[in-house]
Amino acid sequence: MSSLTSNLLKHADTPTGREEAWRFTPLKRLAGLHDRETNVVDQPSLFQKSGDQAGVSLKLVAADSVPPISTTDDVIVERIRESVSRVTLLEINRNSEVSQPITLNRKNSVDKELSRTVIRAGSNSKATVIIENTGGSLIGEEIEIILDSGATLNFVTLQEWENTTVHLARHHAIVGRDATFNSITVSVGGSVVRILPTVEYTGPGASAELLGVYFATDGQHLEHRIHVDHGVPHAKSRVNYKGALAGNQARSVWIGDVFIRAIAEGTDTYELNRNLLLTDGARADSVPNLEIETGEIIGAGHASTTGRFDDEQLFYLMSRGIASEEARRLVIRGFFSEIIGKIGDEVIEERLMSRIDNDLAKVGA
Amino acid sequence: MSSLVIKNLRVGVETDSGLTEILKGVDLTVNSGETHAIMGPNGSGKSTLAYSIAGHPKYTIMGGTVTLDGVDVLEMSVDERAKAGLFLAMQYPVEVPGVSVSNFLRTAATALRGEAPKIRTWVGEVKAAMTKLNMDPAFSERSVNEGFSGGEKKRHEILQLELLKPKIAILDETDSGLDVDALRIVSEGVNRVKVESNIGVLLITHYTRILRYIKPDFVHVFANGHIVEEGGAELADKLEEHGYAEYIKA
Ligand SMILES: Nc1ncnc2c1ncn2[C@@H]1O[C@H](COP(=O)(O)OP(=O)(O)O)[C@@H](O)[C@H]1O
Ligand SMILES: [Mg+2]
Repeated sequence: MSSLTSNLLKHADTPTGREEAWRFTPLKRLAGLHDRETNVVDQPSLFQKSGDQAGVSLKLVAADSVPPISTTDDVIVERIRESVSRVTLLEINRNSEVSQPITLNRKNSVDKELSRTVIRAGSNSKATVIIENTGGSLIGEEIEIILDSGATLNFVTLQEWENTTVHLARHHAIVGRDATFNSITVSVGGSVVRILPTVEYTGPGASAELLGVYFATDGQHLEHRIHVDHGVPHAKSRVNYKGALAGNQARSVWIGDVFIRAIAEGTDTYELNRNLLLTDGARADSVPNLEIETGEIIGAGHASTTGRFDDEQLFYLMSRGIASEEARRLVIRGFFSEIIGKIGDEVIEERLMSRIDNDLAKVGA
Repeated sequence: MSSLVIKNLRVGVETDSGLTEILKGVDLTVNSGETHAIMGPNGSGKSTLAYSIAGHPKYTIMGGTVTLDGVDVLEMSVDERAKAGLFLAMQYPVEVPGVSVSNFLRTAATALRGEAPKIRTWVGEVKAAMTKLNMDPAFSERSVNEGFSGGEKKRHEILQLELLKPKIAILDETDSGLDVDALRIVSEGVNRVKVESNIGVLLITHYTRILRYIKPDFVHVFANGHIVEEGGAELADKLEEHGYAEYIKA
């Protein structure tokens, strides 16, 4: 573990909050994670909870043996790349079909931590990776996920942090020819969670599905900035994020940037964000953004809705004897189940739903 | 023996121009074992009556009383009304995405019976009721009313009636949107519950055709927010012939 102190004076790139990328984020609550003047420890904290699995290897390697592939203009990611000495490397061998999910969780996290992880899914491999984020910490994280041709990777991240945690992350997938990336991002815990689920393609026939769920209560700031870059022909993307907010100062930000470059003929993309405001005092920002440089596409669309709780649903359930709190729980579970139900692990699904139930009960929504 | 007693009920809805009175003094008593048909033109306030009894928050009670076995219904929350024994089969059943029919039915049965039904007998009970209503068992796993056809929604309402066994059931245009076969199946369901549990039925309809399957003991003609004529089953025949024209004059 090496403690890094910035050798430079005040960095010019420290966000001020006026930048488009940072204008929604409460910088004061980041405890300096975004500012090179603060000390942050370089430490990988992900471990393989699921134990040894055939066709899978997880190891720590020197940072310069797995240099970043993607470009970024995110200050946090730049800082991580400059700082980390070791990288967690998860490799799924080519042609391997890993039957059980590869579950990673956090250990030994320190006060302020920067970590970089690389996941490499070999060609024609099939696997599910689940990252369980629990505990309290300040963490800047980059995960680069490379899918070689024909690989299928289900990638699930669960932000079940304690409500003091600050988590700033970029989860970037590089999807190869005929490869399929299915991701589910769940953010229910944390004080400030700001995740950049981003995708680029390197070959035709590639496909990415980005699903997400967030539930913010009193004072939580949950931000997801999706970016899908269609830079090859005949790739597909589907984005569907659902969020609910309850309680005073509950806050969510959803940005859905999809770019279809001139070369990306035959692109098929659709993105959707739905927000449910359960109480007064909560605020959801939702900004879909589609830029299209070619007309030769299969389809491109987006939709965004933010609404209040549906009283008709509540009335219907209550008219069958179901008490109002239980009726609300059912409706909210129903709202999220479309996505949470796709995780495919009943224990995790129920754990997430119960946390949502409990948080809801706490704010009395 | 139960009685739903409605006295001089006046109900309004909030509109842009303030509170507008829709029900203008409704008097009606429905006892166990009785079937009352309420017939009236569109917009006369039939659904308003049904929703007001069930406690829909959109409607404001402006006067009058509703009691079930002497207990004030209007003071009860929506779920308490169901627990007291009232059931409303809705004209437009509501979609609840992500909540499966089986989960919904079991949660409702648990709430109404005060304890969770034993899983084995419950599954059998639901299956049997679905078979009788000609419903595909795969229905159980679908989300409540989501993507159901009009006929499927109505069958699902009657399925709930059979499983939840209320004292008094209000059926709001359960016949609308049903083809002849579905109308027969749904009507048979209502008649079964009548025989098995001796429930009182308030059957709201625009058309007389459902009355060929469910025989009313009383027919009430509803127009402009109140009952304008009452009689036995023969009144329905008169309506069949002459329509509502004579009742809608100002
Ligand atoms: N929310 C509302 N705002 C304004 N008018 C309403 C509202 N709900 C019902 N109404 C009016 O009340 C009247 C009765 O409606 P309803 O009870 O649905 O009639 P029916 O079921 O007999 O067709 C209609 O004229 C309808 O337009
Ligand atoms: Mg009606």
